[in-house]
Amino acid sequence: MSRVTQCFADLRSKGKKALIPYITAGDSNPSITVPLMHAMVEAGADLIELGIPFSDPMADGPTIQLACERSLKHQTSLNDVLVMAHEFRQKDQTTPIIFMGYLNPVEAMGYQTFANKAQAAGVDALLTVDLPPEEGSELVEILRKAEIDPIFLLSPTTTDERIKKISDSGNGFLYYVSLKGVTGSTTLNITEVADRVERIKSIASMPVGVGFGIKDATSAKAVSAVSDGVIVGSAIVKIIENNLDDADTISSEITALLTSMRQAMDA
Amino acid sequence: MPSTINKDLSMLDLSNVDLASVDWNAFPDKQGHFGIYGGRFAPETLMDAIEELEHAYNNLKNDQQFQADFDNDLRHYVGRPSPLYHAQRWSNELDGAQIYLKREDLNHTGAHKINNTIGQALLAKHMGKPRIIAETGAGQHGVATATIAARLGLECVVYMGEVDVARQAPNVYRMKLLGAEVRPVTSGSKTLKDALNEAMRDWVTNVDDTFYCIGTVAGPHPYPEMVRDFQTIIGREAKQQSLKQTGRLPDALVACIGGGSNAIGLFHEFLADLDVDIYGVEAAGHGLETGEHAAPLCKAKPGVLHGNRMYLMADDNGQVIEPHSISAGLDYPGVGPEHCFLKDIGRANYVAVTDDEAMQAFHSLTRIEGIIPALESSHALAYAMKLAPTMNSDQQIIVNLSGRGDKDINTIAAREGIKL
Repeated sequence: MSRVTQCFADLRSKGKKALIPYITAGDSNPSITVPLMHAMVEAGADLIELGIPFSDPMADGPTIQLACERSLKHQTSLNDVLVMAHEFRQKDQTTPIIFMGYLNPVEAMGYQTFANKAQAAGVDALLTVDLPPEEGSELVEILRKAEIDPIFLLSPTTTDERIKKISDSGNGFLYYVSLKGVTGSTTLNITEVADRVERIKSIASMPVGVGFGIKDATSAKAVSAVSDGVIVGSAIVKIIENNLDDADTISSEITALLTSMRQAMDA
Repeated sequence: MPSTINKDLSMLDLSNVDLASVDWNAFPDKQGHFGIYGGRFAPETLMDAIEELEHAYNNLKNDQQFQADFDNDLRHYVGRPSPLYHAQRWSNELDGAQIYLKREDLNHTGAHKINNTIGQALLAKHMGKPRIIAETGAGQHGVATATIAARLGLECVVYMGEVDVARQAPNVYRMKLLGAEVRPVTSGSKTLKDALNEAMRDWVTNVDDTFYCIGTVAGPHPYPEMVRDFQTIIGREAKQQSLKQTGRLPDALVACIGGGSNAIGLFHEFLADLDVDIYGVEAAGHGLETGEHAAPLCKAKPGVLHGNRMYLMADDNGQVIEPHSISAGLDYPGVGPEHCFLKDIGRANYVAVTDDEAMQAFHSLTRIEGIIPALESSHALAYAMKLAPTMNSDQQIIVNLSGRGDKDINTIAAREGIKL
């Protein structure tokens, strides 16, 4: 059983939901990424989503675009992100690491080389935003052989037929994008999310994590109540944006945000 | 070889394919692939909208009424057919092949771009989308989109990099006069590729009521196919005109390549005519060896951006490199997937000319023929200046004069130190 599947199973047996924070690797400085990953686990994160910075993040809003730009100023490469994952694994053998990014850096490295390096580094999953299952069969096969879960997105407009197709291609969990829009959008309709997650779960037998629009303890609690986990991205990245060179404040404020979410979700 | 080459072709070495056996209309396949290129590399949030577009286009492309509306607009609104003009003095000056110019510069709005925006805007109207968005670099596609949006009464928003907004002020004002909202893009390198990113973000957010009018033969399937289909009028006319005016087909075709829409528009009709040599001309900028160019077909490897696989200027880590060209319309790091396929299979030659060579061609045509070409088209002209002298005077070259140069006079004056 993969670390991701194991993690969701353990949470389920405890009656808990997954808290999944996202940071862009190398933002605002490559030196803060690994300590921040440990701090987030300490604050209650169950899985970590680590963004691979990309020059053209077309599905992301301004917050994550800027995070990519800050990271790329330090020339953070996919190889560097793999090294960070490996370093994290030295101290933490249980928390799943999900790589999230766009296809081109993975293509540039080569699918097989990436899979080998990711497996060696202890990476558990890969989500490539611009790779739908129709184009992904080759990568999916290589990832599965390397015991890395391919994670795919579902959106409010995904048809039942596609939900089936996507769930057949993915492993670990399905990532439901709760809004029409880019990352960092604001309004969230909980009833609609609940309906969609129920619909997805009636078709696919996998945990469903919900991302986009979760920014505080209240929204985390509300969304986790109707799903298997919440992904928190822009709200965390925004803290980095507001405290660029102040690693201590970044760490303490992110810790405070995640702690409040964890408490609200577990209450 | 079967007439429908499927995606298994991606496994083959395309350089060994017998060109005479290829059915050029079999591309792309149903999934939008031209060999390994093209496809649909889009976020899930866009999939439904893209499928809706594909469905609508497939229904309409063989619909007689739709085609009649399209042809009617091309004739009476754009002014087609555009002439095929024998540039006699220029041919004599170059002392080689006879050069014929396909005069897309004479279209309404001054470039080939309008052929495509009319097609897409009619489609948007059929789909009941009241809002149309576009990206633009030099502003030509933005102006062409704003123009047809005005005529059809559609709301229009154009994304344009902040750098380009400053470089192309007259076109920005044109779009505003036409009723479009121009949104400057401040992310990334603030140029065309970032405008495309931002338009995609808009589309993801407003997917219910918005039609995204892409300006070139790139993007997720069906855009490369659809935009090509709207632009092939160029080649169909040129072929008829060549036969009528000269009694035979040309020996060579030359067109400039940014994303590649004017080029594919000219080339596609001639792909099966293997005696017709095809040259796509990229922007070598300061020189291919300097790294400061916009010539992915000449100097880059395949990659994935903006919804399709294509030759893409990127560094070893897969980060997209900002291209350089004096011509804003060629200033794009990728190129349409069909060109990538034509390169690999060996049906078309892809070459590049520098900023300086394009400038020389610009002046040469202007002074000798009294035609001021766009800087983009000047790249095609510059290559024709090299090619013509290597051919005989009874041979013929068709150059796609894709746009007129009025929009570029500020750029040219500034480069030559002249204050207007």
